Amino acid sequence: MMDSQLVMYEEDFKRVLAVIQRLVRDANAKGVFVVDKNGQLIAEAGEVRGIDTTSLASLTAGSIAATGGLAKLIGEEDFPTHFHQGVKDNLHITIVAKRMILVVIFDDRSSLGLVRLRVKKASGELGKIFEELQKKSEADQAGAPGSPFSEITDDDIDNLFSD
Amino acid sequence: MSFINYSSREINCKIVYYGPGLCGKTTNLQFIYNKTNPDLKGKMISLATETERTLFFDFLPLALGQIRGFKTRFHLYTVPGQVFYDASRKLILKGVDGVVFVADSQVERMEANLESMDNLRINLKEQGYELDKMPFVIQYNKRDLPNAAPLEELRRQLNTTGVPDFEACATDGGGVFETLKAVAKGVLSDLKRLSR
Ligand SMILES: Nc1nc2c(ncn2[C@@H]2O[C@H](COP(=O)(O)OP(=O)(O)O)[C@@H](O)[C@H]2O)c(=O)[nH]1
Ligand SMILES: [Mg+2]
Repeated sequence: MMDSQLVMYEEDFKRVLAVIQRLVRDANAKGVFVVDKNGQLIAEAGEVRGIDTTSLASLTAGSIAATGGLAKLIGEEDFPTHFHQGVKDNLHITIVAKRMILVVIFDDRSSLGLVRLRVKKASGELGKIFEELQKKSEADQAGAPGSPFSEITDDDIDNLFSD
Repeated sequence: MSFINYSSREINCKIVYYGPGLCGKTTNLQFIYNKTNPDLKGKMISLATETERTLFFDFLPLALGQIRGFKTRFHLYTVPGQVFYDASRKLILKGVDGVVFVADSQVERMEANLESMDNLRINLKEQGYELDKMPFVIQYNKRDLPNAAPLEELRRQLNTTGVPDFEACATDGGGVFETLKAVAKGVLSDLKRLSR
């Protein structure tokens, strides 16, 4: 299968979180999200209360998928960076490590230049983390010792639907 | 591609409802949305045209409960059915963990069902997936209509590999949850198989 299952352990999650928490501070951003290209939210930092993060993740992925399709139509591989300007809040979106998307929400306490600069550094770091994670996930899939899912029974699955 | 997060103890899976235009995919999601406890569902998003035809996708996040201490979340997507939206359909299939094919039971839609089923196979293959190797269920929708084809006929034409299949009337909800349960079960069993 082309893209394999992604597994994220506590220590990886903490590394990702540390990078995006620092990005919030360094870029003076309101919030930062990491979303995978299939629309799942991976991590969030900053002032994210009141934002429907699940919808944000799915729509970001949809938008990246659509513009990626457009890019291929005109012979580009992708459009790696997107900027959406609003009246108060703006969105800066970049693709990281081919399968992840980094979303930064910022207002006039920051600037596009600053966000761009800080995102560049953070995406380098995130890229490294995700490449390692990918390798780990692939290795785990071969063996997966102690995966909680190797033990799932039919009863467990039926119980999910019991109510 | 399911996503397992050991840190938040969550597992996320993506299910896509496929089928020809107007077969009832959006209606399936609307029924699930309306019948689900508010704590367990997120907002339903519909990217639709002004005439309520699906333009890009519908999206409904659903929490099903815990399994072995992990919160299981399913992200349900529909595709736009009309032939000319093929590019969008391909995008939505990316990372899919399980597929529901919604067939329109009306006799005059048989051709459209077959065409959409072929299209599903081809589009999955392009992404490196094999329909016969993934969690897959079929729903024969609109069973309430007088011009519905006999079940046996639909089965013979559409369910050539003998996957789980269900009769439904999505407008009043009959068969909707049975279909969802079956595909979710398939996805979770797959997870078990993959993790061995
Ligand atoms: N009679 C009947 N109509 C249905 C049923 N399911 C959906 N419809 C109707 O079919 C039309 C198209 O449904 P929709 O969900 O938008 O189709 P989609 O294009 O597959 O998303 C709507 O007018 C629905 O009310 C059903 O089981 N029986
Ligand atoms: Mg629709």
